[in-house]
Amino acid sequence: MLLIDIDACIGCGLCEANCAFDAIHVVDGIAEVNENCTLCGGCVDVCEAGALKIEGREREEKDGLAAWSGIWVYAECRHGRVAPVTFELLGAGRRLADLKKVPLSAVLLTDQAGDIPALLISYGADQVYVVEDQALADFTDEAYGNALEDLARQYRPEVILAGATAIGRSFIPRVATSLKTGLTADCTQLDIQPEDGALLQTRPAFGGNIMATIACPNTRPQMATVRPLVMKALAADPARTGAVINCRIAPERLQSRVKVRNFVALEGDQVNLNEADIVVSGGRGLEGEKGFALIAELAHLLDGAVAASRAAVDSGWIPYPHQVGQTGKTVSPKVYIACGISGAIQHLVGMQSADTIIAINRDPHAPIFDVATYGVVGDVFEILPKLIEKIKQARTSSI
Amino acid sequence: MKIIVCVKQVPDAKDVRLDPKTNTLSREGVQSIINPYDRHALEEAVRLKEKHGGTVIVLTMGPPQAAEILRESVSCGADEAVLVSDRAFAGADTLATTYTLSQAIRKIGGADLILCGKQAIDGDTAQVGPGLAVRMDIPYVTCVRRIAQVNDKSFVVERLMDDGYDEVEVGLPALFTVVKEINEPRLPSLKGKMKAKKLAITTLTAAEIDADVAQLGLKGSPTWVVRVFAPQLKGERSMIAGTVQEQVDQLAEKLLEWC
Ligand SMILES: Cc1cc2nc3c(=O)[nH]c(=O)nc-3n(C[C@H](O)[C@H](O)[C@H](O)COP(=O)(O)OP(=O)(O)OC[C@H]3O[C@@H](n4cnc5c(N)ncnc54)[C@H](O)[C@@H]3O)c2cc1C
Ligand SMILES: Cc1cc2nc3c(=O)[nH]c(=O)nc-3n(C[C@H](O)[C@H](O)[C@H](O)COP(=O)(O)OP(=O)(O)OC[C@H]3O[C@@H](n4cnc5c(N)ncnc54)[C@H](O)[C@@H]3O)c2cc1C
Repeated sequence: MLLIDIDACIGCGLCEANCAFDAIHVVDGIAEVNENCTLCGGCVDVCEAGALKIEGREREEKDGLAAWSGIWVYAECRHGRVAPVTFELLGAGRRLADLKKVPLSAVLLTDQAGDIPALLISYGADQVYVVEDQALADFTDEAYGNALEDLARQYRPEVILAGATAIGRSFIPRVATSLKTGLTADCTQLDIQPEDGALLQTRPAFGGNIMATIACPNTRPQMATVRPLVMKALAADPARTGAVINCRIAPERLQSRVKVRNFVALEGDQVNLNEADIVVSGGRGLEGEKGFALIAELAHLLDGAVAASRAAVDSGWIPYPHQVGQTGKTVSPKVYIACGISGAIQHLVGMQSADTIIAINRDPHAPIFDVATYGVVGDVFEILPKLIEKIKQARTSSI
Repeated sequence: MKIIVCVKQVPDAKDVRLDPKTNTLSREGVQSIINPYDRHALEEAVRLKEKHGGTVIVLTMGPPQAAEILRESVSCGADEAVLVSDRAFAGADTLATTYTLSQAIRKIGGADLILCGKQAIDGDTAQVGPGLAVRMDIPYVTCVRRIAQVNDKSFVVERLMDDGYDEVEVGLPALFTVVKEINEPRLPSLKGKMKAKKLAITTLTAAEIDADVAQLGLKGSPTWVVRVFAPQLKGERSMIAGTVQEQVDQLAEKLLEWC
């Protein structure tokens, strides 16, 4: 329950203004909570009078927790390819492990390990737990989940990180539920709390409108899935050394009631948005397919990829795989050029980690300018054709 | 076939906006709606029922006013509705939520198929579906984009992956979470609306689902939200001014330098 100390409450309304759930209101100078309250704690944090408290949260003193030590990264591998988020997680995990002075381990579940363990070590792992088994040829939640669960019970890591990919978001909840521990979804920031070494996991929620920092004080391991393209990978160092630990999982634990029959790859003509250095993106301001033809031409000239806001996708001007944002892709290119995009928070969460953001919008108050490195107030239909022309000229004169 | 569809009442995120001046959420006129993904789960359940027979039960854990979305679900084709509601559930994270839902499902006799949305648009974790399946000890498939084949005791479905899709086969009972591509949900029918009006909603409390209170609500939640704040934006906001040609020249110069 949310407890309100009516003697301390000064009726300032900060709680009301910060409640995402319409659950707290100042009535006659005192805060009042209603049944919408989700106990998220947002108001407790902002209350300057210290009048709010959440009852029922007690830190339990469990001696067992100290037995769990070390940072684990689940090394996602599918169809022989290591998912790039794995290297990002090793970068993030390395920092956490160094802060806590514990080893960083990668866990590889595969039918064919090959050179992958060495690769994981070169990106920062001190050791790699490998389960190599034919039963892991296809991804199934049960086989992968049981394997990771059994390893966690045996070796007791304090933290397990995995990518918030289709695979990670599917089987990691299985592991957390079986281990009866907490799991934070889709994190964008990880820190160690200095007082007690706890993992602080920050994530967007509510369609990106709010950020929440989450802790898991009473159970181990502390588990999180992490959004791809947010953490930074270290440069690979082939000279790094580490241990490879081959593990065996009981065959009955690698059985799955779901059988994979067939895989159909994504159609080929799709530019890989995630891997492009330059992304040219269009929104509702482009007004239609003609506008997108301009974007495509600029992207082509710059050897970049085409992206879009949801408004443009919903209008049918460009297919969904190009959508960037909360319900689309997250990109982190060197340069992101936003044309006729207002900068709704759901769009920003998908692109704000780009190194340089250029925004072209005719509304000088568009929120996209708040994240822009360079802003141009103007009409895309005037600017883009001239820009394309200018770049073409420069290219031909330099040849 | 007995199908249970898990639906969640959520605030309509479209209405929730960040006020850039005060950096707080303004919630003027925020409506409560049925989680958009759950509409697709419900639609799929109703289609299965229409084709293969059976019953569709909608289930939600939430405050008493969550009954609204149950009525709406019935107006869109569900047969029965169950509300699990108790103060003791407040503050549940996904682990406590899946415990509560699984106890409720056991209470109402289980199901051949459980359908969930891929994720809820407020909590956004996508963890309830998989967690619930583990609690029920049944197999699950996430992000189902198509039910390709319905056999007597098994299904062939397509699950969306990052690099394409997998065609998988699974026996019943099972749980699927669905993505929006799976179907286009129907609007409430007149007959459905009438039915929804008269509907008797089964309400279950913590005691009625034989719940262990230590696993409910805040107490049963290993994750704690310790801080909620507005996202910080960090732009340099250096504006390129001048005539259109001047703007273009400056932009082109920068782009040519990088590309
Ligand atoms: C749960 C949820 C998830 C969402 N997920 C996503 C997501 O993944 N990705 C996403 O993008 N959105 C998402 N949205 C939608 C998001 O809130 C916005 O509605 C959307 O991003 C708006 O797209 P836009 O900027 O293209 O359109 P608008 O907001 O309509 O902006 C158009 C802009 O173009 C400018 N403009 C118009 N004409 C011109 C011109 N001739 N020259 C220059 N500028 C011009 C206007 O000034 C305006 O700023 C989501 C919303 C919700 C509720
Ligand atoms: C800001 C914030 C951040 C949070 N972060 C986390 C976190 O990282 N980890 C965590 O464990 N919890 C977290 N929670 C708690 C979490 O939101 C709740 O446990 C919630 O009850 C279920 O999670 P969800 O909304 O993410 O649902 P999802 O797992 O995204 O929902 C998937 C599907 O499950 C079904 N479903 C979900 N909830 C219900 C319900 N109440 N009744 C019926 N069916 C339902 C629906 O079919 C839905 O489509 C957070 C809460 C807040 C307010």
